[in-house]
Amino acid sequence: MRKNASRQLIVNGERLLEDALKDMGRHLEQPTRRAFLQRSLSLGGLSLLSGCSIVDESSVEEALMKVSRFNDKAQAWLFDPQRLAPTYPDSMITRPFPFNAYYDEDEIREVDEAAYRLEVTGLVADKRAWTLAELRAMPQADQITRHICVEGWSAIGKWGGVPFASFLRRVGADLSAKYVGFKCVDDYYTSIDMPTALHPQTLLTLTYDGQPLPPRYGFPMKLRMPTKLGYKNPKYIQAIFVTNTYPGGYWEDQGYNWFGGS
Amino acid sequence: MVSDTGLIHPRWVRITHWVNAAAVITLATSGWRIYDASPFFPFAIPTQFTLGGWLGGAIQWHFAAMWVLAGNGVIYLAGNLISGRLGRKFFPWSPRACLADVLAALKGKLSHTDPSHYNMVQRAAYLFVMLDSVLLVLSGLVLWKSVQFPLLRTLLGGYEAARREHFLAMAALVAFVGVHLVMVALVPRTLLAMIRGR
Repeated sequence: MRKNASRQLIVNGERLLEDALKDMGRHLEQPTRRAFLQRSLSLGGLSLLSGCSIVDESSVEEALMKVSRFNDKAQAWLFDPQRLAPTYPDSMITRPFPFNAYYDEDEIREVDEAAYRLEVTGLVADKRAWTLAELRAMPQADQITRHICVEGWSAIGKWGGVPFASFLRRVGADLSAKYVGFKCVDDYYTSIDMPTALHPQTLLTLTYDGQPLPPRYGFPMKLRMPTKLGYKNPKYIQAIFVTNTYPGGYWEDQGYNWFGGS
Repeated sequence: MVSDTGLIHPRWVRITHWVNAAAVITLATSGWRIYDASPFFPFAIPTQFTLGGWLGGAIQWHFAAMWVLAGNGVIYLAGNLISGRLGRKFFPWSPRACLADVLAALKGKLSHTDPSHYNMVQRAAYLFVMLDSVLLVLSGLVLWKSVQFPLLRTLLGGYEAARREHFLAMAALVAFVGVHLVMVALVPRTLLAMIRGR
């Protein structure tokens, strides 16, 4: 079983890297919108849309994006702020828990704890930067939940840290704002809706399996949300900001659904 | 029995049939691309048969066509129930009579003279594909929103089980489509009936 899991891990890692390299390559070659349009319409043997000019390709792309925005609204409507994701016993934790990012494992960022400060900006009363020690001094919670990747695979892990709702209240965030955005040390970025930010299982994660969060899982901190897909759970968080202006995200800007809930 | 007007399939059946066909093709081909991102069987689907170009594109197609399949499916089922077509066309049905029709078909003695009348094998196949589509939608809901539908998730055995059920239900639907197309090729006027209604 374990052997299988680690083999699958390697396969996933390779695929992620491949996808990431492809995406980066396309970024360099052409504007994202153009790249997305070509990707979404390469239908291979059935290329009835890209093969002829009856259907305007950019209008198909726009229509799909509109449906994706509609799906954001549908998911916000379906989202129950009190409904909890299932939790699991210790024995069901996936070991080793997979590493995944838009780059390969040998590019993992190492953050210096002594120099690290978490920036908090935007619609918050207290814009003071935080040290890890200060965050560790706040009341902690932990959870064993299922991480579901947009690729389909899932893995169960154990995370501990500060409930994000209590952090947001502590910094005096405008809880009626629409978005909470994240900027990460590895240049990743993403954003979430306020109801999910305030969900009881949304955790500003400082530990994994009872140990300080290792670099491969996002040291110094990750936002863990069992109610959202993996790409919505940022690692290596450098800055948190509260805003009413749509911040997008690394994958979301390329076509992944923004709400990305489960 | 062909009705007085000679109509085999009313207009709403023909429209929902072709809308469903388009939705199923879109969902299957984009779904294969999504499966390829993390296959749980020891094979992947060749990308030339898939829709979307990459995982993000495939998901956009999949999560657009799902509304078409579900909405069209509700219209189709409601139409069948309200008009009484479901009871008229697909029932009565019995395993014994179905077996008899299978044997008749194998001997080349199954009649196709009245295309508005479904034999027992057709009834079984169409009823199966309706139930299979319902399973596809329900397992799809668990994959899309596993936290928000706890009862459904538990009934289907959890998220990972739902992935496999969704795939196997897809495979069953694709197998149905394969047989369905062979049958249409053997009796081409059924295709005309589904286009023109008669």
